[in-house]
Amino acid sequence: MKIQHAIFRTEDLCAYYGDFMAIKHVTVSIPEHEVTAVMGPSGCGKTTFIRCLNRLHELTPGAKITGRVFLREEDILQLDPILVRRRVGMVFQRPNPFPTMTIYENVLAGFKLLGIRLKKKEADRIVEEALRKAALWDEVKDVLHRRGTFLSGGQQQRLCIARALAVNPEVLLMDEPTSALDPKATLQIENLIVELKRTVSIVIVTHNMPQAGRISDYTAFFYLGELIEFGPTAEVFTNPKDPRTEEYLTGKFS
Amino acid sequence: MNTYANEARRRMKNKVILSIITVLALLPAVPLFLILFQLFKEGLSSLSLDFFLHLPAPPGEPGGGIANAIVGTFIIVGLAVLIGVPLSIMAGIYLSEYGRDCKLAEVIRVSADVLQGVPSIVIGIVAYAWIVKPLGHFSALSGSVALALMMIPVVVRTTEEVLRLVPNILREASLALGVPYWRTVLKVVLPTGLVGVTTGILIAIARIAGETAPLLFTAFGNQFMALNPMEPMNALPLVIFNYATSPYADWWRQAWGASLVLIIMVLSLNIVSRILARRIAGEK
Amino acid sequence: MVEKKISRQAKYDVIFRHLSTGTGILIILLVVGVFITLVIESWPSIKAFGLRFLWTSTWDPITLEFGALPFLVGTILTSLLALVMAVPFALAGAIFLGELAPPKIAQVISFVIELLAGIPSVIYGLWGLFYLVPTVRFFQLKIGVPPYGLGLFTASLILALMILPYAMSVARDVISLVPRDLKEAAYGLGATRWETIRHVILPYARSGILAGIVLALGRALGETMAVTMVIGNRSAMPHSIWDLANTMASVIANEFTEATEDVHLAALVEIGLLLFIITVIVNLITRIIIVRTKVQ
Repeated sequence: MKIQHAIFRTEDLCAYYGDFMAIKHVTVSIPEHEVTAVMGPSGCGKTTFIRCLNRLHELTPGAKITGRVFLREEDILQLDPILVRRRVGMVFQRPNPFPTMTIYENVLAGFKLLGIRLKKKEADRIVEEALRKAALWDEVKDVLHRRGTFLSGGQQQRLCIARALAVNPEVLLMDEPTSALDPKATLQIENLIVELKRTVSIVIVTHNMPQAGRISDYTAFFYLGELIEFGPTAEVFTNPKDPRTEEYLTGKFS
Repeated sequence: MNTYANEARRRMKNKVILSIITVLALLPAVPLFLILFQLFKEGLSSLSLDFFLHLPAPPGEPGGGIANAIVGTFIIVGLAVLIGVPLSIMAGIYLSEYGRDCKLAEVIRVSADVLQGVPSIVIGIVAYAWIVKPLGHFSALSGSVALALMMIPVVVRTTEEVLRLVPNILREASLALGVPYWRTVLKVVLPTGLVGVTTGILIAIARIAGETAPLLFTAFGNQFMALNPMEPMNALPLVIFNYATSPYADWWRQAWGASLVLIIMVLSLNIVSRILARRIAGEK
Repeated sequence: MVEKKISRQAKYDVIFRHLSTGTGILIILLVVGVFITLVIESWPSIKAFGLRFLWTSTWDPITLEFGALPFLVGTILTSLLALVMAVPFALAGAIFLGELAPPKIAQVISFVIELLAGIPSVIYGLWGLFYLVPTVRFFQLKIGVPPYGLGLFTASLILALMILPYAMSVARDVISLVPRDLKEAAYGLGATRWETIRHVILPYARSGILAGIVLALGRALGETMAVTMVIGNRSAMPHSIWDLANTMASVIANEFTEATEDVHLAALVEIGLLLFIITVIVNLITRIIIVRTKVQ
């Protein structure tokens, strides 16, 4: 699969939990400024895969990564993991705003937690920009100094997206970001994702096929740790090359 | 066999035994109320502005107060907190963040348990050997060290428990932003668990504030006002002990007064920590 | 610029980890240090008396002949007697709070019991000295025994009062955790409340109750101030429950600041060492019981 402009390119990526190989020899290119869905049945390694992309995987005791992962032209496995995580943001399955911080502070967490001091003007600007990008500004602009935990589930998740966007990452990884939300909130976030891809590339793990169909441009299909299919979503969904992909799409196993 | 008679006998037995149990259960409340009642009765008469502001009178002379004991208790306990709390929190952080599954952590937990079980008088002996002997004199510092030794196991255990309860997903959110682990612990995990950790500290303070045995041959007591931790210092529990075992009736009266002050301090700390604990439970 | 600051901070991760591991190790060192200190400070006494320290009943600061037996006996007698006096009430209280009482009342009473546990030992001693001692003296006159008021018996009484909350709260916790379906099975068979308690609840909660008792024993062994104030401070073998005596903890409290001879002080520290060892063993036993309960 030839990708014109790839933001990520993995070469023979393998990930282990102790002796168990969760990701087996994955070589793939993730296109820039597109939404790439990562799908597959439970336990296929899709979450493990994206956690390799921001080097969160290696924080699990006993975890290991081999192979190469290029972010643009640099192998992130040779870089300082902390710098990698500044460039590759992540949004989790359950919204997780920091409970001791206000909405304002949550958005700026990527700076505050590192002790980076910002002038008030600069901070205000970053907060407004991030919240606008996350389509949350209008709803919270008057309550910026309340705790983040008072928001609804959908709002909290958009707050987490704003928080991730505030440090200007090049890629945003999303691990089933709407699975804990109601349909209305889900729709809001899906629209947001389609908007966001113009500025950040998006890799989204989802087990929701209609969702992938709605918002993703490319789909990577995993099965038991292997990447068995990758291509434009329209093609993969209507004309899958691998029989296992077809079985999953038609609901034979999930 | 007459089953009805049997039934009746069983039911009677049930009633009788349950009544006995209820009586036995409620009986201990009697001495408790007696203690509190007598404490208030005897102690209240001692409380006066003079009592709080003056230093002790020479033995045998009536009057005088416990000003130096109140100040002393604050200084000795305060110093113990300064010595013991940072250490305990760091150890609690180790057990929760790095030591979930390793042998070293188990040994540390067992050690903390053992330390907690050491009788307070033995802790006093150890503090005597570590500080009083080398310095050649009694001091508030040695008393604080003894009390710190007693605080440490409690604060370590509550800190570990509280930090373990912080959801892992918060740690991951911070790490995913590119925050190093140590900052994640100090600026996300610890603040999230702050109320619980504080509760643990308050409970520990309530315990050590009333301890006498560790101070008997460390802080030792002082007739005068002492503010320097290197001097021997008076404290409320020492006053109670010394006055109660003295032959002077006026000092007995003052012992009750000091007891009332001490109990109010300890009870307030306990009540505050219980309210905090309920708030945490409520937030869940 | 932000990047530089970030990569600098990453190095601190290792330092922080070492720092916190270090404080953990410090805890271990503290406990080891306590033990070693006790041994070193009691060495003159260990050297002078050896093993017979444990069964010598002389304690003479004048001839400098010291033995721990009077205090071992004092400690064991008071602790066991306190247990015997406290356990029935603790058990009754635990059954009452864990099984019989309506939840609101149980909550209030439990709260009160916890307050009881928070009263400093020296205040128990004060109350014991001025209210318990005269009461005991009154009864001693009635039954024709030397009316000291102070003594082993009074010390056991006050100890019983002090360890009651600990035994009660542990036992109450286990009793309230007995599964509902077990109890309902018994009721369904026609058992009365008491029969269910006796044949279902108590056996199920047995190890927990035992743990509570051992915990209370541990506290009794180490209890110092209240005992010191009412036991009469006599460093000789007690021959009856009404005798004045000393426990291991109280003799240290009473004599430590008065001891002028090195060997006297060392003997007192050796008593502290014995007390330390005994409480560690009791602690270990409690742990084993708790582990066995979990396995159950």
